Amino acid sequence: MKSKKQLIENIIHGVFLILGLITVACVLVITIYLLVAGIPAINKIGFMKFMFGTKWAPTASEPAYGILPFILTSVYGTSGAIILGVPVGFFTSVYLAKFASPKMKKIVETAVSLLAGIPSVVYGLVGMIVLVPAVRKVFNLPDGASLFAAIIILAIMILPSIIKVSMTSLEAVPPEYEEGSFALGATPVETYFRVSVTAAKSGIVAAIVLGVGRAIGEAMAVIMVSGNVANMPSLFQSVRFLTTAVSSEMSYVSAGSLHQQALFSIALVLFFFIMLINACLNFFLKRDKTN
Amino acid sequence: MKESLGSKRNRYIKTMKFLMGASVFLTCALIVAIIGYVLIRGIPNITWEFLSTKPSYLSGTIGILPDILNTVYLVITTLVFVLPLGVGAAIYLTEYATNKKVVAVIEYAAETLSGIPSIIYGLVGMLLFCQFMSLKTSILAGALTLVIMNLPTIMRTTQESLKTVPQSYREGGFGLGAGRWRVIRTVVLPGCIDGIITGCILTVGRIVGESAALLFTAGFAHALNGFFEGVTSPGASLTVALYVYAKEQGEFEVAFAIAAILMVLTVTINLSATMVGKFFEKRRG
Repeated sequence: MKSKKQLIENIIHGVFLILGLITVACVLVITIYLLVAGIPAINKIGFMKFMFGTKWAPTASEPAYGILPFILTSVYGTSGAIILGVPVGFFTSVYLAKFASPKMKKIVETAVSLLAGIPSVVYGLVGMIVLVPAVRKVFNLPDGASLFAAIIILAIMILPSIIKVSMTSLEAVPPEYEEGSFALGATPVETYFRVSVTAAKSGIVAAIVLGVGRAIGEAMAVIMVSGNVANMPSLFQSVRFLTTAVSSEMSYVSAGSLHQQALFSIALVLFFFIMLINACLNFFLKRDKTN
Repeated sequence: MKESLGSKRNRYIKTMKFLMGASVFLTCALIVAIIGYVLIRGIPNITWEFLSTKPSYLSGTIGILPDILNTVYLVITTLVFVLPLGVGAAIYLTEYATNKKVVAVIEYAAETLSGIPSIIYGLVGMLLFCQFMSLKTSILAGALTLVIMNLPTIMRTTQESLKTVPQSYREGGFGLGAGRWRVIRTVVLPGCIDGIITGCILTVGRIVGESAALLFTAGFAHALNGFFEGVTSPGASLTVALYVYAKEQGEFEVAFAIAAILMVLTVTINLSATMVGKFFEKRRG
């Protein structure tokens, strides 16, 4: 009797162990699939030619598979979004965490979480209808769909993550630090910006890294505002990101062709970037916790 | 008081205050502008006919009933799979796991999953479910892709609320001679139901807003199907329909109408997640 009960317990334990390991299995499956699907094309084209070739023309009579334009566009686009989005997000989070009245804080926090919940296609639609024509008019361009428009949309999209993560870490700063600073005669503004922000440094960096991850992985909003031509990046030209390079050609490419394999290789490169960013994120989050 | 600070410090304080004010104003203005613009452009285009018919080439009208149904099918199918998996994984981590290394590996895997962009999920889902498991482009393939994507969310919310169940409850159960599984079933799970509900609501929100992962897995079709037929055939969700109408067909009125519906849906879903959390917090006292 006892052993039967024990047996059932053991079986259930085993079932839960399997359920627990499913996430690990998912990560492994994704990694293996991307490697298996992505490496052949890189081998065929040649690593240097693929990564540093400046021309992407897979359907030309002499096909060229260089993805440097996509890599650089993703890097520039993400950096631009960070340059625009981080200051706004940073000052907003300091205000919300330290200065805002409870009521004000609640209202703005709710609004920010609404911003986080808006689907990316909606951002893309608004960008397409409002932002792109505005960019065309203001800068007097033939077409407003450009890297610049994508940067603005991305900057708005990463705001909520930056605000939320930096707020959490600012709120976790021990009050003794701030009281010490007040006792030495510092004003609230000086205290919060010089003491609290310094103490919450790791968390704020983690927020920025999270923003980088969001921006580099965004596809749908960007595809609707960036024009989607495989140019080398330039602020007011139509460009194509790593994400949009995959999504824009995947629907019509013929299965099994080198072209399709090259698209998988682009996804592999994107995956590599994301893994790098995740590792940084974990590093900073952990450091924030141990501090 | 202020004069005694000296002009340099005063300037610093003023600059910082100005920057904060400007940033908060900009953030709020953006939120109001985006939500307001979408609602103003979208709501006038929503009619009963628009919501209750399918697109017709004969009369040249566009209806989004199939897309609404597809979204509902996606939500149901995804939840059916992701709930047992996510809750089970969370139970393993908090109730069973004793090996710290195993826990660290699983948690790291979950973090990694939540950092992977949806376009990569779409691609792997296409390879794994549509091609390798030969489900073709279908709602089921899309839902399975979303299961992997949302696993970390359900896991995290369940885990957090499992941690709030007092250890003494479990000990009481064990003291009465109950086995681990029985304690989990009768004591622990009822105590963490709020986390599971919050996780579900958040997941529904993410499914409703997801598009990149569905593009290659669930497809673009607008056919009107029943549940079981619908799940095995391709179908566009609301977000994918929005993308197709805006980008490929230039039907901006339709796109804005869908955008307004999506906006109302996601706002409601997010607010109700917060409210459910607060409700249970209060009840627990």
